[in-house]
Amino acid sequence: MRVFDRQPLNIDKVHIPRGQVFLIPDRCKGCELCIHFCPEGVLETSSGMNVKGYHYPTIVSGKENSCIHCEFCALICSEFAIFTLAIPETTNGG
Amino acid sequence: MTEPILAEHHPLDDLIRADRMPHIWCPGCGIGIAMRCYAQGILDSGLPVKDHVVVSGIGCSGRVAGYMNLDSYHTTHGRAIPFAMGIKLAKPELMVTVFSGDGDLVAIGGNHLIHAARRNIDVKVICINNFNFGMTGGQFGPTTPRGAIATTAPYGNFELPFNLPYLLAAAGANYIARWTTLHARQLKKSILEAFSKPGFTFIEVLAPCPIGFGKSNNINDGLEEMELYRDRCVMARQGEMNPEELEIDLREDKPILIGKFIDRDRPPFHPFMKGQS
Repeated sequence: MRVFDRQPLNIDKVHIPRGQVFLIPDRCKGCELCIHFCPEGVLETSSGMNVKGYHYPTIVSGKENSCIHCEFCALICSEFAIFTLAIPETTNGG
Repeated sequence: MTEPILAEHHPLDDLIRADRMPHIWCPGCGIGIAMRCYAQGILDSGLPVKDHVVVSGIGCSGRVAGYMNLDSYHTTHGRAIPFAMGIKLAKPELMVTVFSGDGDLVAIGGNHLIHAARRNIDVKVICINNFNFGMTGGQFGPTTPRGAIATTAPYGNFELPFNLPYLLAAAGANYIARWTTLHARQLKKSILEAFSKPGFTFIEVLAPCPIGFGKSNNINDGLEEMELYRDRCVMARQGEMNPEELEIDLREDKPILIGKFIDRDRPPFHPFMKGQS
């Protein structure tokens, strides 16, 4: 749950979406655009390599639930290798 | 669970030829981003995929025709627009998009480009501008900024580049926008607007070319060029076109104007529908 200095009036109505990162490792070419431009800093370079020797992205430990499904990683992935899908809201989105 | 879930298929795999992935473009190249925006635009356009046709010329960006899973034409060098015009004249109901690079559309196909804009044929042009001839090894072309180093200009390019939005505005295009590959959302929106706009539309997409252009101009990788776009890009006010502000020089600390420049309704070209303009 986020802490605000001042409580927004519509805090009950706004739900921050949650996303799950999906990856096709063998398409990755290690350009690191998704890692660099993720607004929540969810991704980092993994130590593992794909078949072509590129280090594909992985999720920073401790940020497993931080993806906000903005889809920017999917938008700027030149390789069609990463995408996010929304997690249906369960109890509390914030 | 610190690993992302591994997937077999991308949501856009129906629109691209997934069996040909990974594609030939270098790590950090921006063409794939523009192609993704185009694929997403096709999905969001509401038109069935069979009504879309993509025409490409030669070059790195010309490979898009081979990677899209729809009716596509990979044409001769510089002649993507004449092929597209032929398709449009034979089947006016199709949505014909020309997806090609600056070396193809502006260098060898420059005359076709300006005359297509003058006639205002109903073709959507997406022009990837990476400031050089990337596929052939980074030679300078008509969009290379003055002073930039290229393999055929080791002491810096002596020529002044084309100012594409200004050129197309003078030639008479109905819709002109310029985005970078970092502005993927805006680019997709712009492609959707172009689909719904009759007449000639032109979208210039500034794309990183880390191997061909970047490495000889102190831009080390695609990430650095994307950061440069983030630092320097300034949204232009629609309808205002100052030719000097529209020029791009990646090496100088000068803002790069992006945005939608022209959105007008000149009658599109259709020789078989006399009087209906």
